[in-house]
Amino acid sequence: MKDFLEGSHAVAHAVKICKPGVISAYPITPQTHIVENLAEFVASGELKTEFINVESEHSAASVVLGSLAMGVRSYTASSSQGLLLMEEVLYNIAGLRLPLVITCANRAVSAPLSIWNDQQDSEALRDAGVIQLYVENIQEAVDLHLFAFRLAEDPRVLLPVMVCMDGFVLTHAYEAVDIPEESEVDSFLPPLELREKLDTENPLSMGIVSDARFYMETRYAIQETMKEAIVIMPELKKDFIQITGRNLNVFFESYKLEEAQKVIICRGSVSGTVKEVVDEMRDEGHKVGALKLISYRPFPTEELYRALKNIPLIGVLDRAISLGSSGPMYTEFKALFQGKEGTPKISGFIGGLGQRDITKKHVREMFEKLDGEEITCEFINLNVEYLMGARKYT
Amino acid sequence: MFVNITCKPGTTRNIETGSWRMGLKPKFLHKNCKACGLCAFICPEGVIEGKEKNTFYCYYNYCKGCGICAEECPGQDIIMVEEGEKV
Repeated sequence: MKDFLEGSHAVAHAVKICKPGVISAYPITPQTHIVENLAEFVASGELKTEFINVESEHSAASVVLGSLAMGVRSYTASSSQGLLLMEEVLYNIAGLRLPLVITCANRAVSAPLSIWNDQQDSEALRDAGVIQLYVENIQEAVDLHLFAFRLAEDPRVLLPVMVCMDGFVLTHAYEAVDIPEESEVDSFLPPLELREKLDTENPLSMGIVSDARFYMETRYAIQETMKEAIVIMPELKKDFIQITGRNLNVFFESYKLEEAQKVIICRGSVSGTVKEVVDEMRDEGHKVGALKLISYRPFPTEELYRALKNIPLIGVLDRAISLGSSGPMYTEFKALFQGKEGTPKISGFIGGLGQRDITKKHVREMFEKLDGEEITCEFINLNVEYLMGARKYT
Repeated sequence: MFVNITCKPGTTRNIETGSWRMGLKPKFLHKNCKACGLCAFICPEGVIEGKEKNTFYCYYNYCKGCGICAEECPGQDIIMVEEGEKV
């Protein structure tokens, strides 16, 4: 059914039709509207779910850890500081192989305090064993949430899946979206069946101590599952397309890569701007393209290599930074081509931190800079006037 | 890929934590015991048992030698002794 919805409400609708048994969350901008809307569904009786109010994000994550351990489909959402407070528990949820679906409404991390959008918060969860999918628009957010439940709960996967959507830019924007019918979702998403769960009739210890003889194998198993997910995701995608009749990209979206000489790699809502510039520059006769990364973890190395191997000039636009190194996505793509023949020139850009604008002009400038020397970590659209007052010692 | 990360309750018994002791172990003197049961109640490992006066003992296979029982015994009827000493 087509509807005109705010991004957060669209996600709430998508979660609602997946019928989680437990939702627990703590409000934080810009995520709040999602769980607020879900709370309304529960209060009005539209959704039969245990909605558990808690005093912090750490507790919210702990509640869904518990309900998942009981074999109940569960959902939570957070942003920024809240997500970082959840971090300790999210590592546990992944380690315990519990299929949580969590939305990250991407927001900058303090200090200084910023409620605005970049992708530093989910980037901080990169190594937690959580599958991360980044969305460009609200329809993709809806579709990837449905996909996330199916992927997380696949008995071959059983890992948390985080759907990352840009705060405000997507959570607070309105778009016409197609929300699938509940019957469609029912045939796509079977009830959650865990082989092992907490059950008073059949007691089980979970979250036990693992000494040096066993710990490493548990990490190895998650790493292997991440690799297996690369094979499983296209399978589940086929099911999704069959049921909804809508296409869905799960690894990345290639945009006009045919005969492209220059490509910008990006993630999330900024991809719309980049694609628009690609269209304009193509009209002007420039051979440019874009690649929108969706699955950051697992990182689909082989697929990305095949898509990019003939591109001589690549720019990676990170909306987060690994302070003291460079853009986290940039290093991934550098590593991707390491030791391969005909390595392209790859430049790294940092942009849009704390919702600094990335306009079409800036995207164009990035494309132009790809012709010059390889750049490792260049901030785009810095406020030069503000920097004039900065102290510097070297 | 999955490895087993759960176990049946009670399997911690398989791990004999007595080897964690760092040189001292409790000795129950059985002289001044009033059977208050405080030692059994406060033992963090729950490895002290007993009912009547001067009948309390602990499972040395599991006792970690923390010494809380000796510290708290109102009758000073438990002392910490060298690992080699006969108890």
